[in-house]
Amino acid sequence: MKSALIQFPGSNRDRDMIAAITKISGEKPDLVWHTQSELGDYDLIVIPGGFSYGDYLRAGAIAARSPIMDAVREKAGKGTKILGVCNGFQTLCEAGLLPGALMRNASLRFVCREVKLLVSNNKTAFSNQYNENEIIRCPVAHHDGNFFADEKTLNQIEENGQVVFRYAEDTNPNGSVNNIAGIVNEKGNVLGMMPHPENLIEAFHHGLDGRPLFESALNKVA
Amino acid sequence: MKARVTVTLKNGVLDPQGKAIEGALSSLDFSGINEVRQGKVFDVDLENTNKNEAEKQLETMCEKLLANTVIEDYSFEWINS
Repeated sequence: MKSALIQFPGSNRDRDMIAAITKISGEKPDLVWHTQSELGDYDLIVIPGGFSYGDYLRAGAIAARSPIMDAVREKAGKGTKILGVCNGFQTLCEAGLLPGALMRNASLRFVCREVKLLVSNNKTAFSNQYNENEIIRCPVAHHDGNFFADEKTLNQIEENGQVVFRYAEDTNPNGSVNNIAGIVNEKGNVLGMMPHPENLIEAFHHGLDGRPLFESALNKVA
Repeated sequence: MKARVTVTLKNGVLDPQGKAIEGALSSLDFSGINEVRQGKVFDVDLENTNKNEAEKQLETMCEKLLANTVIEDYSFEWINS
């Protein structure tokens, strides 16, 4: 299982993500700097959280136009699994690899807390180790996580079962439409989510609810 | 040639920042405000002196980067330097 992790100036959750992938797959991801324009063959490509380019212009906007993203787009087209968490989700939306956009939190506040997530679709390559409608815990930390899509797009996302995670039990921290916390593209090989599953994978984290996501994505079923 | 690009949120897209500003204006005793929407302004200085070409260039810039057309509209005008 080969994985790569893309780093931008301002990525800051990259270390947590490297630790999670290494612990669960037993192999360190290759680190890829954003100025590279080519990617080798990988089973999983990850865009971690952070504040790439200081969130200038819009969160993820500049990162989405960096040289490496053309390579990511090409790999996504070929069916490689792509995971974007937090700033990675924002970057995937800005790059047009996922529908919709992530706007300023409705509260206008940065939120850093634990939320509950409903596994809305457990038939994706990222969620098949969860039960359908399972409720899991997951931390969030963001200022721009308010998912928005126009009505037509939203209907399509819902009808296609592209919503993988929803905020549950009144824990929507940002005003996202339909409580959307994470979506896949139509083909199901690109997942973007605001919560941080990489921060709930070992006993030290006081919970393992993020682990099944990596076990599915990394084909490391225990 | 200098252009001023204005990017605003589309109608129907919730603008919590605009709402907060609206509230602050009301608390400063400004009355009769129907709505405040916040946007962005970019002044872009272009080498091109051919207006048609420059407009095309600006439009591409807006579509590709300056605006996120999922949530934002854009317009531009020429300004005197």
